[in-house]
Amino acid sequence: MAKLYIPLDMAAVAMGADKLAAAVAQEAAARGEKIEIVRNGSRGMLWLEPLIEVETPAGRVGYGPAKVKDVASLFDAGFLAGGAHRLSIGIVDEHPWMKKQNRVTFVRCGVIDPLSVAEYEAHDGFKGLKRAFEVGPAAVVEEVTKSGLRGRGGAGFPTGIKWKTVADCPPGQKYVVVNADEGDSGTFADRMIMEGDPLSLIEGMLICGYAVGASKGYVYLRSEYPIVAKVFQSAIEKALEAGWLGANIKGSGFDFDVELRIGAGAYVCGEETSLLESLEGKRGIVRAKPPLPAHVGLFGKPTVINNVLSMATIPMIMEKGAKHYADLGVGRSRGTMPLQIAGNVKYGGLFETDFGIPLGTVVNEIAGGTRSGRPVRAVQVGGPLGAYVPVSLFDLPIDYEAFAAKDSLIGHGGLVVFDDTVDMSWMARFGMEFCAIESCGKCTPCRLGSTRGVETIDKIRSGQDIDANIDLLKDLCHTMKFGSLCALGGFAPYPVESALRHFPEDFRKPALEAAE
Amino acid sequence: MAGAAQYSDERAREIIAAHMGLEGPAMPILHAIQEEFGYVPDAAVRQMAEALNISRAEMHGVVTFYHDFRRAPHGRHTLKICRAESCQSMGAERQARAFLDKLKLDWGGTTPDGALTVEPIYCLGLCAHSPSALYDGEPIGCVDAERLDEIAAEARD
Repeated sequence: MAKLYIPLDMAAVAMGADKLAAAVAQEAAARGEKIEIVRNGSRGMLWLEPLIEVETPAGRVGYGPAKVKDVASLFDAGFLAGGAHRLSIGIVDEHPWMKKQNRVTFVRCGVIDPLSVAEYEAHDGFKGLKRAFEVGPAAVVEEVTKSGLRGRGGAGFPTGIKWKTVADCPPGQKYVVVNADEGDSGTFADRMIMEGDPLSLIEGMLICGYAVGASKGYVYLRSEYPIVAKVFQSAIEKALEAGWLGANIKGSGFDFDVELRIGAGAYVCGEETSLLESLEGKRGIVRAKPPLPAHVGLFGKPTVINNVLSMATIPMIMEKGAKHYADLGVGRSRGTMPLQIAGNVKYGGLFETDFGIPLGTVVNEIAGGTRSGRPVRAVQVGGPLGAYVPVSLFDLPIDYEAFAAKDSLIGHGGLVVFDDTVDMSWMARFGMEFCAIESCGKCTPCRLGSTRGVETIDKIRSGQDIDANIDLLKDLCHTMKFGSLCALGGFAPYPVESALRHFPEDFRKPALEAAE
Repeated sequence: MAGAAQYSDERAREIIAAHMGLEGPAMPILHAIQEEFGYVPDAAVRQMAEALNISRAEMHGVVTFYHDFRRAPHGRHTLKICRAESCQSMGAERQARAFLDKLKLDWGGTTPDGALTVEPIYCLGLCAHSPSALYDGEPIGCVDAERLDEIAAEARD
């Protein structure tokens, strides 16, 4: 019986994967071919979605992007045995996009059936947890600290230090919370891992709960990801059935439960304290820090709150040891970063690589330049609060500190590429508008600053007192950056300031036009 | 939304009661109420405030904070079009504006026949297939003007 893989990943579904899977099943039945279709996660070569993979003795052969209309010809070409077809990309693991990566967090994503506990275990799943049980909670915290893992949500805070703070709190009710409110434009790594390898996140939470002494974990997922909600909920149920969640897990004496909660379209709830408020059933208003969530978190209890990618990387760190992970990367950016390549690119997708790769290599070589075929003008790195990086800075390595030195940030690792038709003053205005729409309203710089920012950029765009208004805008950005309570108001100036710095001509168009 | 039930206090109380065992049950209740009735009616907000032992003002504050919760029934179908940066890099803003103009709607508006509500959304995580949209919960990548017109026509059927 031929074994086929067609992703359940939301991007694949958005390109017709569900209809394709149905058509393949129907065609197979009509031809009397016995097949098994596994709905896997995506391999991350998103421009090839939906990608059908067929298991052959030589490895998995891929065909994509496959449409319903291609199904009959795929069968005619003998694709069930890996036959040649114009959509064939050959052995998937041999594809240059896959070969160039170092998959650590995403090692299983797209490879296994995401909802099979047995397959997860066969691919080294739960080995990290087993080792955690052997070495004990204190050694786990030590190991995570030594690995140099930094929060992948954007802030890059050392994960081990966060855990130690919670572990050091007196015993009692503590929580593990996973931030799956992946709202940044150009990012989809959390979505992909939760669709493609949800058990790795559950295992990471288990290890965390064990290390810090928590028995309850929440995953706060954005409502824009309906497929994740379905997949992750069934992953929880499968883990429960298999005895990897619940009471006395595998005879360890450790109890842990995971509950999935869905957000409701508020971007600010990706900020950790706002997220906690929302979990508690309140308005997602940011809390002032201190106290840190590690001391006073969910329902006032000590809480570890980590991004999906950080948590999903933990099992591998525990399995292979801190050194294995810490040996990857550059400077203080250790390990790998799952980059998400998006926007106006020829080859968009997820590309996990060691820190240190230059931005230009990612954009020009891996992403293949723009989809429109026009020259690249800017890349926004790190979501709507990230800076616009010009082509002149393309030698910047993907490294937290290198980006910070250029007033930019890596954030959650999303890259959005723009061609030369982009109007940077419009993008700056949009940055402020987005901040105004999503501001929680607690602090004045963010609440009022963002609206004043939109108004000021509108004045500049219409040619009113351009110099004076640019000065005012810079001043406003300064106030927001240093006066806001959280990263929403504090980082919203990054896209605006970087647009002003690198693309000043876009703010002087009316003046230029008038001079002509 | 298609298939939404008529509001009743009794049904709202059942939904609320089913979630009262959770820690911080407000958000799950609100999602369940909207799922059932297609929006969050004022009467349900009153019921929730009572059950959760908070003031109506506080409950109102929670409901209105989140973009997802609707205070009034929507069109029978909902189309959410992404406006975020990645989709803008592929011309989403211009495309969406032209579509809204054709339907004589603004963001958040519903066609006069009650068939379709068009809302903005800020990122669906489909950024390698920009521009993207979500039609009644179904994700659509690389959406073009033609597909948008098809959706508008489908919604009217």
